[in-house]
Amino acid sequence: MKKGDIILVLVILLVAGSAFGIYTFLSGHDGGAVVIYVDGEEEGRYRLDKDRTVEINGGTNTLRIEDGSARMETARCPDQICVRHKAISRNGENIICLPYKIVVSIEEGEDTDVDAVVQ
Amino acid sequence: MERKGARLASFGVFVALALIFSYIETLIPFQIGIPGVKLGLANLVIVIALYRMPVGEVYLLSGVRVVLTGFLFGNLMSILYSLAGGILSLTVMWGMKRIRSVSILGVSIAGGVFHNIGQLLAAALMVETYGVFSYLPVLLISGLLTGFVIGLAAGEMLKRIRSLQF
Repeated sequence: MKKGDIILVLVILLVAGSAFGIYTFLSGHDGGAVVIYVDGEEEGRYRLDKDRTVEINGGTNTLRIEDGSARMETARCPDQICVRHKAISRNGENIICLPYKIVVSIEEGEDTDVDAVVQ
Repeated sequence: MERKGARLASFGVFVALALIFSYIETLIPFQIGIPGVKLGLANLVIVIALYRMPVGEVYLLSGVRVVLTGFLFGNLMSILYSLAGGILSLTVMWGMKRIRSVSILGVSIAGGVFHNIGQLLAAALMVETYGVFSYLPVLLISGLLTGFVIGLAAGEMLKRIRSLQF
């Protein structure tokens, strides 16, 4: 390994470390709401503390909210990456389904008095 | 004229190699639940080509590989992601190669890391959210590790094929 290589590795580690630090700092506590975005548009906002199953995008995906966390239960896409993704519950965490452009993310939820938004 | 034929033939061999490596990659069950983390075996071919071919041909090689593997094993979306990753990674590797204090290890590590960054940028544009950047730390470290392994392998291979003319 030459000098330039070592500098490069250190820079990458530094960036990764600080990105991780910023991310954990921002997502320190449990969020209250799960928000579903399809193609960048908000499709629904649900409370995390109320168990329910949500159909997304006209049924291509279903999201299960249970015990204060959310996970993708089914997806019609072939890769199933979002289904294998672990359940999310902390602020800033998200599950992303690239084939259908779906983003499910946990956000601050004090103002979610509305139980559900159905389009 | 003969020289041109030989170069064309070796270009074909490189494309075939890159395709085979991409295929082997799809056979390896290497799923850890995080999209984008993979070995990047095909990058081995790209790194070696970068040290043995004119850079224009390496871009062509990378592009042809992405489109062909996309049609064979992926879909239109995966072509777009791979293209974003491939072009960015190759450009950075080319730049790094010109820095004298950086060896093939550094070039390959930069390639692995920027391949992931390129795909992340493409994904961020696609789903129109910055949330995908929460994957950044994991993808940086995984790119670093796989780039290191690929760099070691590429360095050893280049030593052994030094006598080959193409």
